[in-house]
Amino acid sequence: MGKKVGKQTFSFDKPPVIINTATVAGPFEGQGPLKNYYDHIYNDNRAEQESFEKAEREMMSNACITVLNKAKITPREIDIFIAGDLLNQIITSGFTALGLEVPFFGVYAACSTSALSLIIASIILESGCAEIALTATSSHNLSAERQFRYPTEYGVHRKPYSQWTVTGAGAALVSTKGKGPKITCATIGKVEDLGCKDPMNMGAAMAPAAVSTMLQHFADTGRAPEYYDLIVTGDLGKVGYELALELASSQGGFDLSKNYYDCGLVIYDPEKQDVHAGASGCAASALVVYGYLFKKLLDGKYNKILLAATGALHSPTSNQQGDNIPTIAHAVSLEMV
Amino acid sequence: MAKKKKKELNLRQKKYQELVKKTEPKPSILKNVILAFVFGGTICIIGQFFTDFYAKVMNITPELARNPATVTMIFIGALLTGIGVFDNIAKYAGAGLAVPVTGFANSIVSSALEFKHEGLVHGVGSKMFMLAGSVITFGVVTAFFIGLYYALFIL
Repeated sequence: MGKKVGKQTFSFDKPPVIINTATVAGPFEGQGPLKNYYDHIYNDNRAEQESFEKAEREMMSNACITVLNKAKITPREIDIFIAGDLLNQIITSGFTALGLEVPFFGVYAACSTSALSLIIASIILESGCAEIALTATSSHNLSAERQFRYPTEYGVHRKPYSQWTVTGAGAALVSTKGKGPKITCATIGKVEDLGCKDPMNMGAAMAPAAVSTMLQHFADTGRAPEYYDLIVTGDLGKVGYELALELASSQGGFDLSKNYYDCGLVIYDPEKQDVHAGASGCAASALVVYGYLFKKLLDGKYNKILLAATGALHSPTSNQQGDNIPTIAHAVSLEMV
Repeated sequence: MAKKKKKELNLRQKKYQELVKKTEPKPSILKNVILAFVFGGTICIIGQFFTDFYAKVMNITPELARNPATVTMIFIGALLTGIGVFDNIAKYAGAGLAVPVTGFANSIVSSALEFKHEGLVHGVGSKMFMLAGSVITFGVVTAFFIGLYYALFIL
C-alpha cells in the first residue's frame, strides 16, 4: 500500500505506469514547435462541429479514442475514466464520458487537471480497486474566452502579460502493470492566495502555488531539485516562470534555473506566434507532458521528471465580486524505473 | 446594498504584489496612444468623408448627413466583426477602434454572433447587449441628468 510522506505527499508502493498517451491540438498549436509530437492536428478551431464547446468535446473524445487504439484497449476494459476541463460544470468531460460509456469521475482543478487526474488514478490503482484508468483533460481557446472573458470576435487590446489558452486535449492510460514512466509519488497542493486580482495575469497568480507545492515536495521526499532531470510547471507563462524562479530562490533557497521550465513557454513560437506571455489552459501541460515529454521519457532523454501543474480556481463571478484569484498546483513525479 | 469590501492584503501578499509589479511587462503606453490616435483619426476621416458624401449626394445639410454617415460606420464595424477582421485590427488599434461608434457596433455584433448557438431568445436576443448594455444604461442616465440641468438652468 502507498503511504503518506511528510505533510502533503503520497508515495506509491507499486507505482502505477503511464502505458500510453495521446494528444490532439488545434490549428494554431499545430504551427508551434511541438507540432510533430501531437497525434492529430485539427485544420479548423470548430473541428467540423457547430459550436466551440462541441469542438472541445470532439477533441477530448478523439484523444481518448486515440490512446485506446494506440494501446489496443477497448473502452470496456477501462475501470475508471477521470477527466476535467475548464467549462462550467465540466461539460466536455461529462459528454466525453457519455460517449465512452465507462465509469466516470469528473474532477475540477482548472489547468492543474492533468496532474490531479493522474494522482487520483494512481490512488485508485494503488488501492487495488481498479487495474486500468483513463485520464483526460482539454481546453479550447474560444470556448474559454467566451466563458471567462469576452466574445471571441470582440476587439480588445491584450496586455503584454496575458496568455493564450491552448486548444487541444490530452489523454493518458494509467495501469498497474506495463511499460512506461511510473508515477512514484505525488504532492497534493494547497490553495494559495497572494493577492492577485487581474484575471489577465494568471501566471503571476499561479506562481506562488507552483512554488509552494514544489518546495513541499522537496521537503516531504527529501529530494533536491537536482534529483530530477527536468522540473516543469503547467502554464505559468513568461511572467509566472520568472516569478517562480525568484520565489523558489527567496523562499526555499533553491536555484531552479538549471533544470526547470514551464509548459506554457514551449507550445507556441514566441517569435512567430503573437501570444504575449505564452500558453495557458488545461491542455498546456497535457500537450507538453502527454505529447512531448512522454516520448522523451520513453526515448531515454529524460529519466525523472517532476510535473507541477498549476490552476487558477476563480470564476468570473468571484472576480467581479472583488475576490482575489485562488490558485493551486499538484505535482507528480514521473520516473523511468 | 452589495458593497465591495476591499480586503486588506497581509504582509506576505503585499510583498508578492510588489514583486509582481516589478516583474510584469508594462504595456507601452506611448505606442498604444500613437496607434489609437492614428486609427481613431483614420476612422474619423472616413466618417467625415461619408458625411460630406451624403450631404452632397442627398442634397441635405451636414448636420442631417451625420445620421446616414453614422449608420454607414456602424455597418462597416458590424461587417468587419462578422467576417472576423475587427478583432485583428483592434489588437493594434485599441481605443482608436473601440471609442468611435465602430467599437459599439463590434460589442453588439460580437456578442450576438457568439451566442447564436444558445438560440434566438436565450442567446442572441438576451446576450446581444451583454457588453453594450452598460454603455446604453449609463448613456441614458447621463442624458437624463444633462437634460434636467439644461431644462432647469439654461432654458
